[in-house]
Amino acid sequence: MKLLIQKRQSQSALFNLMTPLLCLVLALIVVALFLVMAGVNPFAAYRDVGIEALGSAYGLSETLVQATPLIFTGLGVMLAFRMQLWNIGAEGQLYMGALGATWVALFSGITSTWLMIPMMMIMAMILGGIWAAIAGALKARYRVNEVIITLLLNYIAAGIVKYLVYGGWRDPKGYGFPQTADFPPNAILSTYFDTRLHSGFWISLVLAAILWVFTEKTVWGYELRVIGNNPRAAQYAGMNIQSKTIFVMFLSGALAALAGFAQVSGVVTRLQDNISPGYGFTAVIVAWLARRSAAGVVIVSFFFGIVYVGGDALKITYKLPESFINVFQGMLLFFLLASEYFVNHRITLVREPKTPVAV
Amino acid sequence: MIDLIETIFDTTIRAGTPILFGTLGAIICERSGVINLGVEGLMLIGALAGFAVTSMTGSFTAGVLAAIFFTMIAGMLHALITVYLKGNQIVSGLALAMLGVGVSALFGRSFVGKGLDGLSRIEIPLLSKIPIFGAMFRQDILVYLSVILVVLIALFFSRTRWGLYLRTVGENPGAADTSGIPVTRYRFWAVALGAGISGIGGAYMSLAYTPFWVENMTAGRGWIAVSLVIFSMWSAPRALFGAYLFGGINAAQLQLQAHGTSVSPYLLTMLPYLFTIGVLIWSTRRLEKGASNEPASLGLPYDREDRK
Repeated sequence: MKLLIQKRQSQSALFNLMTPLLCLVLALIVVALFLVMAGVNPFAAYRDVGIEALGSAYGLSETLVQATPLIFTGLGVMLAFRMQLWNIGAEGQLYMGALGATWVALFSGITSTWLMIPMMMIMAMILGGIWAAIAGALKARYRVNEVIITLLLNYIAAGIVKYLVYGGWRDPKGYGFPQTADFPPNAILSTYFDTRLHSGFWISLVLAAILWVFTEKTVWGYELRVIGNNPRAAQYAGMNIQSKTIFVMFLSGALAALAGFAQVSGVVTRLQDNISPGYGFTAVIVAWLARRSAAGVVIVSFFFGIVYVGGDALKITYKLPESFINVFQGMLLFFLLASEYFVNHRITLVREPKTPVAV
Repeated sequence: MIDLIETIFDTTIRAGTPILFGTLGAIICERSGVINLGVEGLMLIGALAGFAVTSMTGSFTAGVLAAIFFTMIAGMLHALITVYLKGNQIVSGLALAMLGVGVSALFGRSFVGKGLDGLSRIEIPLLSKIPIFGAMFRQDILVYLSVILVVLIALFFSRTRWGLYLRTVGENPGAADTSGIPVTRYRFWAVALGAGISGIGGAYMSLAYTPFWVENMTAGRGWIAVSLVIFSMWSAPRALFGAYLFGGINAAQLQLQAHGTSVSPYLLTMLPYLFTIGVLIWSTRRLEKGASNEPASLGLPYDREDRK
């Protein structure tokens, strides 16, 4: 008996669809084992997650609230992915975006209601864009590894926000809490009914649609893919890879920065140092799972919205740490990576012939 | 004045040691051709395992061994995905980082707020009496171990057959395979062993540097270790230099805070990251100028069927 491993010539559509689901189930099983070891009943915990995230209109709205920053950051990471650029710094770009939006809201002196929100968005995109473009420029100019640069910039962005909310931007009337003053009403996105769902959600959907058109239907989007898949061919075809690297990283950071804008303007209504529980890191999984498609980002973000709402519920009910959902995210990624091998290879058990065959 | 310099020097070594272990582990891994971005997660697992087992058994040896054991298991997960299943090394490394953050936070809950006496220092007679440099010889056993490891790893790669084979596997796995070196097995164990060494760095954090456990206590040191691999050009002695350089920045920053400068501590804590970015740019430019020592097959999965 012997295992025979062969590359599959083609993959069935059903197989491609079923594998992510199978990975999800396997990840849930492993996380359940971890929960048991930590003294939590996994069945009760998973039931709570389902009820909390999907069981009521409010729960569903919370899922969308969590999905919104994931869509923004996911779109940003996805765009860079299409050019084979790794933007692991969406978290830092989110914080820089929040910083830019906050500056406009509190210190720019803009009073016009019509100008306020657009200016906040633009400032967020500029700061977040520049933050990512630093890594893009270093990559284009000196071929410095963008994975590590974007990652290290996360810590610096978080440090700058901390510096401001503990220092010059701290609300003098805030009882010493590390946060800025509340935004004026014209700098706050409208919310619906009695939920926390805000208009930033629609902005994220519109952006996803625009990005889908640009990446799938235009020459520009096609060039991105060519550069990503075969930079040499792209160069021969006369595409300017260097400037495109910087520009795409700028756009990628600008998109991720809008998540920061949406958080401060739609959810928190001020700047504080913990506006993101790691959306920017989850964004990498979102973009990976979405197979670099803008539409996919929206769908996957919704799923991870459930995960975040569920994680919050577990934090409150079972006193689990906030970063617990990282266990699930990590395991899901491992299973997805492993599954690709089995999607691409056929593994069969063959009986070896008893008598050696003459060659 | 001498006292101040000695204090800074002492902190330099102690702040540099976790990074040194992290970088050494990553060097072994990358020499085999596999990138491991999960060092941050490994160090967290090592920090918790070391702290938990030491506070339960009272034995530092048991704590360090537990750190090595659990980080090797986690490293094997990365190795299984990247070496045997040819999965994307960057994504798998990120998954490992996330898993480490989450798992250590989950199982560390009951250890938050507990203290430990910390590894005691061993004074080496005579040498520890040298002014300033004597600080090097008043350290704990793990610091000495890290320096011994630097020597051993350097000798391993330059003087032993296994080391040469491992380098070949990282440079040209096709050629290694042809000459009968089991490529996948070498890579698997290099990743696992490297993970274990990185894990000691985490244990050093929670057993000596700051002897307590708190969620996310490595605070990005794993990523700095990964960056220093490029700075060190995949050589262990240069990793020691890089790690202590980082430790020096950290020590200077801590001294500035202690002496109450007007600069915000939040800006000072950003210094090591800024420094690492600078170092990364500088060393990449050197690499590009032809001083490259980078394993030629770094990041590429090896599949015998694809051999050209």
